[in-house]
Amino acid sequence: MAHDYNNILQKLCHHIGHFASSGIEIVPESDLINQLAIDSVKLLNLVMEIEDEFDISVPINVLADVQTVRDLADLIHKIKSAS
Amino acid sequence: MSLLDKLDTGAAARKALLPEGIDVFGTPIEEVYSSTEARVGGRRILFFGTNNYLGLTFAPECLQAAHKAIDSEGTGTTGSRMANGSYSGHRALEKEFADFYHCRSSIVFTTGYQANLAMISGLAGTNDVILIDGDSHASIYDGCRLSGAEIIRFRHNDMADMEKRLRRLGERTRSTLIIVEGIYSMLGDRAPLADIVKIKNSYGSMLLLDEAHSLGVLGQTGQGLVEEAGLIDGVDFITGTFSKSLGSIGGYCVSNHLQLDQIRYVSRPYIFTASPSPATIASTRAALKLLRDGTELRKKLWRNARKLYSRLDELGYLLGPEPGPVIATILHSPQQAMMLWKGLFDYGIYVNLILPPAAPEGNSLVRCSVSAAHTEEQMDYVGNTFAELRKKIFK
Repeated sequence: MAHDYNNILQKLCHHIGHFASSGIEIVPESDLINQLAIDSVKLLNLVMEIEDEFDISVPINVLADVQTVRDLADLIHKIKSAS
Repeated sequence: MSLLDKLDTGAAARKALLPEGIDVFGTPIEEVYSSTEARVGGRRILFFGTNNYLGLTFAPECLQAAHKAIDSEGTGTTGSRMANGSYSGHRALEKEFADFYHCRSSIVFTTGYQANLAMISGLAGTNDVILIDGDSHASIYDGCRLSGAEIIRFRHNDMADMEKRLRRLGERTRSTLIIVEGIYSMLGDRAPLADIVKIKNSYGSMLLLDEAHSLGVLGQTGQGLVEEAGLIDGVDFITGTFSKSLGSIGGYCVSNHLQLDQIRYVSRPYIFTASPSPATIASTRAALKLLRDGTELRKKLWRNARKLYSRLDELGYLLGPEPGPVIATILHSPQQAMMLWKGLFDYGIYVNLILPPAAPEGNSLVRCSVSAAHTEEQMDYVGNTFAELRKKIFK
């Protein structure tokens, strides 16, 4: 289970790197908007990459509670576990 | 941060980005001369960003109908149709829209924005899924949010991407509403409707097509993309607006599904708002006749659209993927976009400026909207000005 979660986190950080401001370290506690400068439109496009990476559906209306990288990893983990 | 602090922060960011001395996103129009010209800042300017595609805002038939309606029925209805009743004009326009599309029924809404809000939130709910194109208009996003359904986006006009996302939904595709637009407002390109209909049929989903920018523009009688593609039977619901080709304000939905009428009883954006004013309805009815019979207007519109698109293309501007009445010049920085917008404005041409995050892919847009009412001289002037600015801004 922990291995799965770490795998999700690792892949997620890779995709976040496509959208975040360059030169900023991406850690689980990073705030997507305030620290990584991922605005609302970038977040929606990041979600499409995540859906393809993990072959899941991530409804954009569940993103309201997502603030950090870890929040997003938790959400992916939850959706994957349920599918 | 307090509620007002948040507004101050946003205002400061906006002021830092925009040029001083002119309110780009609230330009005061001092006097309107015609469907294509007005006075702004004491100068005569050309409208090249309004969506007056057929140039009907001053059509004598529409003006006369609106004047007559005000005189006979007053300035407003002052209430909703559920509480205060439907005027004869509301019902007549609904019948005329249904006849125009050869559909079973139609509903008229107070704005085009509300038409999408009402239809989407009336059709889909908590346990449903809505699949939307990534470049969808804000009214579609807002309608989706209001519905409470799960919202999934697919990459703009990418059919493989759309199908992949449908496939992931499994059995849920049968309670999925797909939403696309006839012509997309940002880049002016069309949805690949034949492919979309084929895919939605194979997954048992429903399809809503927003013809806001394509009504009056595409198809022999101006129905929109659905007519051009010959796919009226493949689309479940068509929405659109009166505020573009019809030159007034309001929205509509047409459908062959019997259940459309139930939207009137379950959809908050229909129930809890005042109905369209008599003058609005009357001018829209007159405009719908002109639109339906407007073959010559459509020819003129497309001549103008192709002319400007090819001129800008030859000049080396990066444009949306296909010619059409919406012609978007794509710029890679907001500063460049503002210089082009300001340059055009200084030459008396008023177009739309769209900055990130509103524009797709982090780009900025300077967007023109062409009208059948634009004259040869006006078209040449705009083309020549773009040529002049190309030398100045991109030297």
